[in-house]
Parts: sequence; structure tokens; C-alpha cells
Amino acid sequence: MQRAILDMKNLITLISATLIILGFYGRFGLGNMFVFDLSLIIATVIGIAPIAIQAYQALKVKVISIDVLVTIAVIGALLIQNYEESAIVTFLFLFGSYLEQRTLKRTRSAIKELTEMAPESALKQNAAGEFEEVDVDDVDEGDVLLVKTGAKIPVDGTVLTGEGHINEASITGESVPVSKMNGSEVFAGTILENGTIQIKADRVGEDTTFGQIIELVEEAQDSKSEAERFIDRFSKYYTPAVLVLGVIVWLFTNNVELAITVLVLGCPGALVIGVPVSNVAGIGNGARNGVLLKGSEVINDFSKVDTILFDKTGTLTIGNPEVAEKKFYGDDMDEVLGYLASVERESDHPLAKAVLQDIGPTTFSDVDETEVVKGGGIIAKVAGRRVAVGNVALMEKENVELNETVRKDLKRFEKNGNSLVLTAVDGVLQVLMGIRDQIRPGVKAELQNLKKLGVKNLVVLSGDNQGTVDAVASELGLTEAYGHMLPEDKSAHLEKLQSEGQIVAFVGDGVNDSPSLALADIGIAMGTGTDVAIETSDVVLVNSDFSRLTHALGLTKVTARNMKQNITIAVGVVLILLAALLFSNWMNMTIGMLVHELSILVVIFNAMRLMIYRRRNRNVNANATVG
Amino acid sequence: MQKATIQLETLSCPSCLQKIDSAVKGLDGVEKDSVKVMFNASKVKVNFDEAVTTIENIENAIENLGYPVVKSKVKVA
Repeated sequence: MQRAILDMKNLITLISATLIILGFYGRFGLGNMFVFDLSLIIATVIGIAPIAIQAYQALKVKVISIDVLVTIAVIGALLIQNYEESAIVTFLFLFGSYLEQRTLKRTRSAIKELTEMAPESALKQNAAGEFEEVDVDDVDEGDVLLVKTGAKIPVDGTVLTGEGHINEASITGESVPVSKMNGSEVFAGTILENGTIQIKADRVGEDTTFGQIIELVEEAQDSKSEAERFIDRFSKYYTPAVLVLGVIVWLFTNNVELAITVLVLGCPGALVIGVPVSNVAGIGNGARNGVLLKGSEVINDFSKVDTILFDKTGTLTIGNPEVAEKKFYGDDMDEVLGYLASVERESDHPLAKAVLQDIGPTTFSDVDETEVVKGGGIIAKVAGRRVAVGNVALMEKENVELNETVRKDLKRFEKNGNSLVLTAVDGVLQVLMGIRDQIRPGVKAELQNLKKLGVKNLVVLSGDNQGTVDAVASELGLTEAYGHMLPEDKSAHLEKLQSEGQIVAFVGDGVNDSPSLALADIGIAMGTGTDVAIETSDVVLVNSDFSRLTHALGLTKVTARNMKQNITIAVGVVLILLAALLFSNWMNMTIGMLVHELSILVVIFNAMRLMIYRRRNRNVNANATVG
Repeated sequence: MQKATIQLETLSCPSCLQKIDSAVKGLDGVEKDSVKVMFNASKVKVNFDEAVTTIENIENAIENLGYPVVKSKVKVA
């Protein structure tokens, strides 16, 4: 019975609206007061039923909810035969909660879309070797699954046979399909655009990268900030306090009308919903734009950030060093490059990789007597000749002559932010290469935007030499640059800034920066969906597009502001209503309920603005990147 | 000990949380500290002792308050 009434809540709302209209027609159209009273009494009784049931259930678990206040107020109105107020207040309350539910659904839609992208079924190989469709929950690690064109990859796994192209936008934000073949890693929630593959399940369900992203966002939308917990505690005592106030008013004035009006006006409506609704809309916007924010505390902190520290390699730069400049001093270059490639082929140094890539196909010679000079480079015998590959210190040690021209070149290369690789054959300098890591496209413009959003200091911390770091810093317009930093130096620097009272964010790729990510007020992991990054950071940017960082900061700022607006609206409404009750004579239950329901809708609509938030100057930046 | 995630239909009033929270905590066999009612996700997360109570019991307690359960997942905690 109770369930049935609650299920019919929408129908009840409609009937009660019809009865109220009928009643008013009876009174003003037909001049019949009996029809008026009867219609409104029926409207009140059926309307209050679901509210009263909810009030009763709340009382049973010792909670004084809004339903309790409204039920008492409406019964009071019935007793003093104010049928007009009782009917309209009931209707407004029901209709208001209907609209609330509808609009709230909208604010949550972004996150819902995300969770709905989760795969639901899989084709699993059974004991007979055939594939049958099963629920994705029934897939275990080690199972063999078949994925056909157009289907979602159900779990994180490895390709066993077949090949195809996969759209990994749900994980990386990058919608260009990635080619997969035997041995490639595939991720749950990504889509096989063409081809057919069989995969072995490595991680399933919540352990998959996609599962973790969903978990993170879902937890985030319901995480509470200090302010919110305060409001929660407050409203726990607030509603009973309003009830007590109503009773006191009644005892002292003996005025039932006034007492029940207090109950309705005191409803906390917009206050309890204002902050969560901003939170979910803001986090939803982020999720849709590749910015995962771990809850409202993060939103508050990030919106107030003073200093952003950047890791260099892989964050400001692409993380893939390339030969940017080179100069030849000898005559037979093909021969020298062949020697150089032969030596570098034996090394796993990142610079060696860049050199080899730059040289491309060449004739390799036998290498022997290889000697690695720590902090210098490599000396080896190639085709009987002594080849030295390394930095200036190595050349000096080898007594290679570096004349005036060479010295000038060295200076210029270094100023441009290059790491230097010199090659000498039999004690004569042949080649100078400047290797540097490319700066990510658009970084410069985005850093300017961060400054415009009010970040005071943009600092780069790097393990690279100071020259390289300085070059990057001046090219990008960073405020400070520190080189020669080990991971522990980075976290020490971070702690120093924090002790000075600054709110510090750290942006890293999450691979070797975990301590700093965890220590920072806001740890921001960029471009990776790795477990460590998701766990230790507060903000995850799912791809390496630098503009997401600015979007994240802008979004947290508007969301934090939105929350404050909503609290102001909610508190303001209650204060104005109570003031109006005390100092005017037009305030009554109906107006009070109407204003309350309107204020709830106002805060929801206010929060909805967050769903469409985009940085206004986005297009300008896009152009700047190209130019 | 079992770990349940119960998906409810959209919750729209934050005061529902208090009701669901108290109702679920009031059941025997439910680990009180584990009860988590998520407003925006409209989910209830709870650990319970399968020897004392069942997932159906918990679902019923919530549905009787007027919040329909969409689906629930139970895993060994």
C-alpha cells in the first residue's frame, strides 16, 4: 500500500493540480464555495499521503526530515480550515520535488554517460573452445575473449591473435584509432573500429583502467568538502530546530497559522542541495573534457592555487628527445656518421636513441674496446680508428682541439636548450649535435592563460642541466627554473613553498614524480592512465593536451564560485522569508513554499551552467598553436 | 563478509540519505562503518555478514522507504 502510493506520486501531483483548478473554477466561475472546499480538501488529502508516508518512515529511523515539517504544517492548515493553503502547499511541494528530480538528472547526465560507456557483455571462450556471450562480470583474469568489429573491448588485456584498429578516446581522449596486433595491450571501454581480435583478459571489472576512472569520478561526485560536512551537520539539527521554533511560536502566540507558516518557511530546501549539485555538474563537465577531479575538496583547493610546479620531460616537453641542430667539421661525413651510429647502437642512453634516429640507415662497422666514461660518453675502436662520443668534458680529456668557431657553436647550441653530443675520430672533432626535447604544442599560450586565471608562479623543476631548463623557462615565460633536481629535491622544494603558506600544485607524468604528486596540495597527473597516477594524484588529465590543464583550473574556479553562490542563495532565501514573516503581513505558507521550491530550482539551474562551461578564449589559443 | 553495491533510482533529496543510512545501519549483520549512501551516484555501498542477513533483506529495507532498487552487485569482501 505504502509503496503503491509512493509509486503513484507523479499521478497524484497531476490529480491534485486538476482538483485545485476545479475548485477555483467552482468558486470564481460558479460561485459555489462547497465545490471549492471539497475539491481542495480532496487535493490536500491525496497529496499529503505520499509526503506523510515519507515523514513516517523518516521518523521511524529517528530523522526529522522536511517531509515531517510539511506534513505537520499541512495537517495544521486543515485543522484551521485553511483548505486553500493546505492544498496549494501540498501541490507545490510535490511538483517541486518532481522538477527537482528531473533537473537533477540533467546535472548528473555527464557522469552517467561515462558510466554507460562501460562494457556490459563479452564473448568468452568456453571449455569446448567456442565463444559464448556472457555478462562482463563473469569474465575472469586469464579468460580468452573474442572481440568483433564495432564491439567494446570488455576488459584490459593482451591481443592473442588477429589485428584491428581501436578507438581509445574513452581512455586517452585521443580519437585517432590505434593499430593493434599480436601482443598489443588493449583497454576496457575502447572500441574496435575494424578487424577481429582475440584477447587474453589481464585485468577485469574495477581493476581495469576504465573501471578505475569510473570509480574515481563516481566517488568524486559524492565526496564532501569541509564546508559541505558542516552544512550536513547543520541541517541535521536545523530541521528539528525549526520544528521546535514552530511549537514555541504556537505556545506563545496561540496562533496556529503563524506556527505552521514558520514550519514551511524554515524548510532547508536549497541549502542541502546547493553544494552537491554544483559539485556534480562541475565534475561532470570535467569528466566529459578529459579532466578527472577527485571531489569538491580538490575543486576548492585548486581554485585557490598560487604556484604550479611542472616537471619538464614528458610534461612541458613531449619526452622524446630529437636532434634539433647539427654541425659538421670534417669532410667524409658518411664515414663518420657510420662510426657514430656503430658506437651509439651499443648504448641504451636516451640521447643515443635520438642520434641513431637522426642518422637513419647507414653502414655499420665492428666496434671493440668499448669504454664508457661516466658523466662523459663513450670511447671505442671502430674499424681500427679511435672514436670518442660524448660531451665537452670528454673531448677535453681526449685532448681534442676545440677552436674558436667550435666554442661559438657550443655556446649557441647550449643557449638554444640543447644537450650536446660531440664526436671525434682519432682526436679530431668531426660532428657536433644538439639534441633537445620538443616542447608540447600550445604550451606557451596555455601557460599565459594560467597566469591570466590568477596563478602567481609557474615553476619548472627538472633533472636536466640548468642551461637546458633555463632555455625552456625563457622560451615559455615561466617565472622560475631549477635544474639538477632529483625526485627528492623536487619534493623538498615543494614542501618549502608550502611552509611559506603557498597553495602548490604539481604537474607531472606520474611515472617518477609520485612523491611530489602525493605531497602537493593538488597533484596533477598528465597524459597517463597509470594506476599510480590515478591513485596518488588529485586531478588526472587523461591525455597530454596541455589545454586540459587550463580547462581544469578555470573549471574549478567557476565551480567553487558556483557553490558559494548557491549557499548565498539558499541562506538568503531563508533569511528573507523569515524577515518577511516578522515585518510584513503578506507572507504566508503558500508564498513561502513557492519561494522555497523556486530557490531549489534556481540553485539547480545555476549549477547547470557549469555543464556548458568552456574557456571563452579557446579558439584564440588554437590559432596561436598553429602559428 | 560480503560487499554490496546497490544502485537506486535517482535520489533527489539529500534528506533521503539520512533515512537510507539509518535504515541500513539498523539492520542486523550490516557492518555499520561500511555503509555509504552516495547522493549523486544514487548508490549504497555496504558490507554485510551473509550468515546473518542477505542482500534481499537490505534491498527490502531500502525499497520499503520508497526508493526502488535498480540492481545490486555482491562481491566477497
